[in-house]
Amino acid sequence: MNEIFAFLWQMGDKLAAHVLLAAAALGLGILIALPLAVWANRSLPVARLSLGFASLVQTIPALALLALFFPILLSLRTVFGDGLPTLGFLPALLALTLYALLPILRNTVTARDNMDDAVIEAADGVGMTKWQKLRLVEAPLAAPYIMAGIRTAAVWTIGAATLSTTIGQPSLGDPIFAGLQTQNWALVLAGCIASAGLALVTDALLGMVEAGFSRRNRWMVWGGIALALAGIAGAATTLRPHDDRSVIIGAKSFSEQYILARLIGHRLENAGYAVEYRDGLGSAVVHEALTSGAIDIAIDYTGTLWTNQLKRSDNPGRQAIYDTIEKWEQQTSGTRILGRLGFENAYAFAMRGDRARQLGIATIDDLARAAPGLTIGGDVEFFQRPEWFAVRDAYGLKFARQRNFTTTFLYDALIGGEADVITAYTSDGRVAADRLTVLEDTRGAFPSYDALILITPKKAGDSGLLAALRPLVGAITVEDMREANYEVDRLDDKRSPDQAARDLARKIGL
Amino acid sequence: MMDAEAATLVQFDSVSKSFAGVIAVDAVSCAIAEGSFVALVGASGSGKSTLLKMVNRLGDPDQGRVLLEGGDVRDAEVSRLRRRIGYVFQGVGLFPHMSVAENIGIGPRLAGERAKAQRIAELLQLVELEPEYSARMPHELSGGQRQRIGVARALAGNPHVLLMDEPFGALDPITRDGLGKRVRKLHDELGLTSVMVTHDMAEALLLADRVLVMDAGQIVADETPHSLLHGAGGTIAQALVAVPREHALALAGLTA
Repeated sequence: MNEIFAFLWQMGDKLAAHVLLAAAALGLGILIALPLAVWANRSLPVARLSLGFASLVQTIPALALLALFFPILLSLRTVFGDGLPTLGFLPALLALTLYALLPILRNTVTARDNMDDAVIEAADGVGMTKWQKLRLVEAPLAAPYIMAGIRTAAVWTIGAATLSTTIGQPSLGDPIFAGLQTQNWALVLAGCIASAGLALVTDALLGMVEAGFSRRNRWMVWGGIALALAGIAGAATTLRPHDDRSVIIGAKSFSEQYILARLIGHRLENAGYAVEYRDGLGSAVVHEALTSGAIDIAIDYTGTLWTNQLKRSDNPGRQAIYDTIEKWEQQTSGTRILGRLGFENAYAFAMRGDRARQLGIATIDDLARAAPGLTIGGDVEFFQRPEWFAVRDAYGLKFARQRNFTTTFLYDALIGGEADVITAYTSDGRVAADRLTVLEDTRGAFPSYDALILITPKKAGDSGLLAALRPLVGAITVEDMREANYEVDRLDDKRSPDQAARDLARKIGL
Repeated sequence: MMDAEAATLVQFDSVSKSFAGVIAVDAVSCAIAEGSFVALVGASGSGKSTLLKMVNRLGDPDQGRVLLEGGDVRDAEVSRLRRRIGYVFQGVGLFPHMSVAENIGIGPRLAGERAKAQRIAELLQLVELEPEYSARMPHELSGGQRQRIGVARALAGNPHVLLMDEPFGALDPITRDGLGKRVRKLHDELGLTSVMVTHDMAEALLLADRVLVMDAGQIVADETPHSLLHGAGGTIAQALVAVPREHALALAGLTA
């Protein structure tokens, strides 16, 4: 419990960012939905079209909707120029605004549909203009229903805003995603409690406004609105102004990335740079974010870039892959590859030691023979990745079942017997700790996965920054990385990524 | 018939209107003299409400025109036109979020004035309600009280014309009788020109001084109550008159 409170106490910045994001999305949603609803009430095609669109948006999972705005904004750069942000606040705001539309729109349209015809006839009969009718009759009578819609939208928006972490917008999703990845349940709970608490408080305040409207009590209406605005203003004042000179370090959503981001961050801070972290980015988003300047530094892997960015499926060897990627990055976007950290985080197939011995499996060739009777577990993207197609075709793999697990639960699935073989990562501390057997890739079907430091084109010539990071090149062995990862991933005596990064720095003598 | 010297206040000039191909009002021409109390009587769907609503433009005719005090109603701005015309209808349509005083004062408010408390009290008095009612909300009132407020609201702008569409249709017989008499008295006291749509011939005979009988979108009879009761107006009108007459005879038989 104390741990959760400690995390909650440190969550002020995330809470403030979350409040501002949700409030902005809700506000924008109201500004769009209300006039649209008035129009919809006067025109049936508009009503059908707008409600249909808003319903369609609801069917898109929030996570996907948020991610979709990244390519949309990227393509809009041809119109608005390169200053258009593609990650962070803007795409999160747009996606959440779309999400907020439906309940407000639908409630407003329904409120007008259900209004007593006699009252509307009377409004016309006494000589109200359309505007007077809207202001004096329709709006006040619809207000409680509209407020109910706004309440629903507010709760949805606050909940969905936690997902904006994946597109680089700080929110209460940061602790949730970080905690899920590192199996730090106190951190997950703290994030959930903060987000749920915010939703409850908001709902209560808006409920007060709604009750005020239906009881025609001005004090309740203005009191609720004033308290909500005070909360938003409070969040705005705690927000530190963004420092344009600060370096933004991106990290995908797994422990190694969190740790390496901190390792880089600490070195830059020691060199006098201000540092910000964008943790939990979707892995598809990171490379584009880096080349477009939304983040400044990222760690990626040669095999990932080789297959996903260069779209290559051949395997010319470790050094050739590295050289080709370095040249390709330089030519296509000017992104600088500072160098290899020294270890590989390759995909590999892993089995429980006892099970592997029992079945007599040591290589992927052995696995291919036994595969028709086995279940394979992969991370959520693995079976869509080119690496899988390559290794599957090279060895003729055909399993009885394929199952997806989040990386967090992949190892638990293997230990618990949910899967006979999993896609493991060679730098993962749990491979050694769980005494797993890593199957040998005798045909070289998996490409190499050297960890690289990538630097955004605009910072590629920053000599101070390069000097601070150069000592990391070639400095980290796979054993060092496994140990650091395990410190964060293990269930007992857990370390935070920050602590693990400091331990790692000490270990490698920096 | 009406006093020949009274000026025409409302004139229907061969107006027609149909809804989805069904003719509701069929080339009706008719003049209503200032100060008269006219009842429009007919079965449901005979077109009487449609005809009435052409005056305050709640439904414009497809053909023909309606003149109010000599001018085409379509020449005036519609909200201004309606503020000059009192309108009372069966649904009443009090604004549920406004007090009685606010409901009564809505017409002057729309015109940019503010009805004073004294004026509200005066209007309440016209419909025989105490000034204390001004602070009440519509949901606290009985059906009869609500329609009284509806009448007061219609009179707040000092209209020359009062249009009523089945104004007492939803009220119980006693309330209905009392309010009917009250409205007739107001008509006389305030010098109004009133047009009342009703399907109740007894109400029309007792309150109006001219009865127009409508059938299938046309005026089939235009008589005084007196001549109707003496057999004028044709078969459709007489069929409508027969109902209250038989009631009266039967009641007279019971008391004898």
